[in-house]
Amino acid sequence: MYAVRRFAVRRSSGFLRIYRMFEGIIVFLDPVLRLVGYGRLERPFAFLERNFKGLLFDCKMCGQCVLSSTGMSCPMNCPKTLRNGPCGGVRPGGFCEVKPEMRCVWVEAWDGASRMPEGLERIRVVQPPVNRELEGSSSWLRVAREKAASLRQMRETPDPSRHMLARAFRRARQIEPAAAPIAAEPNAALAEHSVSERTAVFTKGESAAGKNNGGGNAKKKG
Amino acid sequence: MASFHEREPFDPILNGPLLALPGHKSASFLERTLRKGQFAVTAELNPPDSADPRDVLKAAEPLAEVTDAINATDASGANCHISSMGICSILNRAGLGTVLQISCRDRNRIAIQGDVLGAAAMGVGNILCLTGDGVGVGDQPGARPVFDFDSLSLLRTLKTMRDEGAFLSGRKLTMAPPIFLGAAENPCIPPIEWRADRLEKKVRAGADFIQTNYIFDVEVFRRFMQRVCDMGLHEKVFILAGVGPLASAKSARWMRSNVPGIHIPDSIVERLEKAEKPGEEGKKLCIDLIRQIREIPGVHGVHIMAYRREHLVGEIIEDTGILKERMTAK
Ligand code: SF4
Repeated sequence: MYAVRRFAVRRSSGFLRIYRMFEGIIVFLDPVLRLVGYGRLERPFAFLERNFKGLLFDCKMCGQCVLSSTGMSCPMNCPKTLRNGPCGGVRPGGFCEVKPEMRCVWVEAWDGASRMPEGLERIRVVQPPVNRELEGSSSWLRVAREKAASLRQMRETPDPSRHMLARAFRRARQIEPAAAPIAAEPNAALAEHSVSERTAVFTKGESAAGKNNGGGNAKKKG
Repeated sequence: MASFHEREPFDPILNGPLLALPGHKSASFLERTLRKGQFAVTAELNPPDSADPRDVLKAAEPLAEVTDAINATDASGANCHISSMGICSILNRAGLGTVLQISCRDRNRIAIQGDVLGAAAMGVGNILCLTGDGVGVGDQPGARPVFDFDSLSLLRTLKTMRDEGAFLSGRKLTMAPPIFLGAAENPCIPPIEWRADRLEKKVRAGADFIQTNYIFDVEVFRRFMQRVCDMGLHEKVFILAGVGPLASAKSARWMRSNVPGIHIPDSIVERLEKAEKPGEEGKKLCIDLIRQIREIPGVHGVHIMAYRREHLVGEIIEDTGILKERMTAK
């Protein structure tokens, strides 16, 4: 909801605290989560995250949350889906070039960031492009996994594409690990059914065949 | 192998590959001018809707003599024209410096990284990374907007290709593209208080030079540059201020309401309105602006966007005396 979203940006500092609390709990639970299996937790967590963040931030479930680096203004609401905005077309009064009735998501973002502890330091960090394969999956779980993986020294995943991206956007990885993930994805995160809830009903219980049929369908953006 | 200097007719098979000059990022003539501390001049070419290379040369004619590099726009305003890559390839063969423009609107990361290698192989030394206007303002509003990268992730990716010799996928390049990386900034539109910070972010992402959008409001630009200098950015990046001659009060108003990101103060529109010959006045105004902008600390050059008024660029540069000073300085 536009009104709630704007409210969240005006109260960015408080919302950051709530948000961090959630994240902290999950990261804290990493050993337990690993025991249960991240793959099995993917769907319930994605469901929770979608509703919670959807209500507050108009979250679009890109799966690579960077809210705390964008003044709690979700960048996926920018019609150009910029991860490092604003663009050069912002209208007088701070309205969006593409949707003139909406406040520019990135004007809000800088505004929100200036109210957050470390906000201005974080918004200055260059964010990598979104990995569309992760769309629809839980960013919370990814953060937990990433923090754990950083500790385990990246040794199990010699995936060069992830390493290069993480190197090229090093600082972004440090502060928003989900934006440039290194840890291996559990199959469930990449599976078709986690991308779209509707099809999830039909593929229930089916374990994903792997990367090839996951995320291949580019979703239309509104 | 002797390194090839841009600005001599470049044939990819006879003269390639392009190699960076010692201590430089590229073989670009623009980079050389800027590093020498000379006031640089670039200008935007009006891209023809034609498959005839002679049309490109004709469009470049009024700009060739007076610029260090010619910007080949990439479907600016989301309007279809001959591609930036095509224009640059032709102009490099004619011995002119070029700036290839890449907008994130139309191509994804696979296409863009490939294009950059192609461009470097064809003799392109400067690349300007842009977000791009929304598709809605152009001649094909039904197109699907891509925006896989934004201008900053694009900059960082090209910097990685150049400095680490690898695609974002980690796959190694046989030869890294020696390119001088550019970005745009729009100092006169909201959020004005954060525009200098955003410039800093572009420098962090990999920008070597900046070409700004149109500056018509010198006071706003002066304050912007003050911040830029306070942050020490003028020593890390070359800044070219965007200017252009307006045709009339009517066209100024039209631009204001139809071209994204243009700020023209009312006082300027009024000045054109009162003028007997608005075209002349627009030209004079542009020359005045360049003179004022040159005095602002931290500005390294101008970027002239004279859409459909390219024939004036030579006179404008002549009148400001930029090139003459360069001759006598030598
Ligand atoms: S004006 Fe703001 S919200 Fe609109 S496209 Fe540009 S950056 Fe995105």
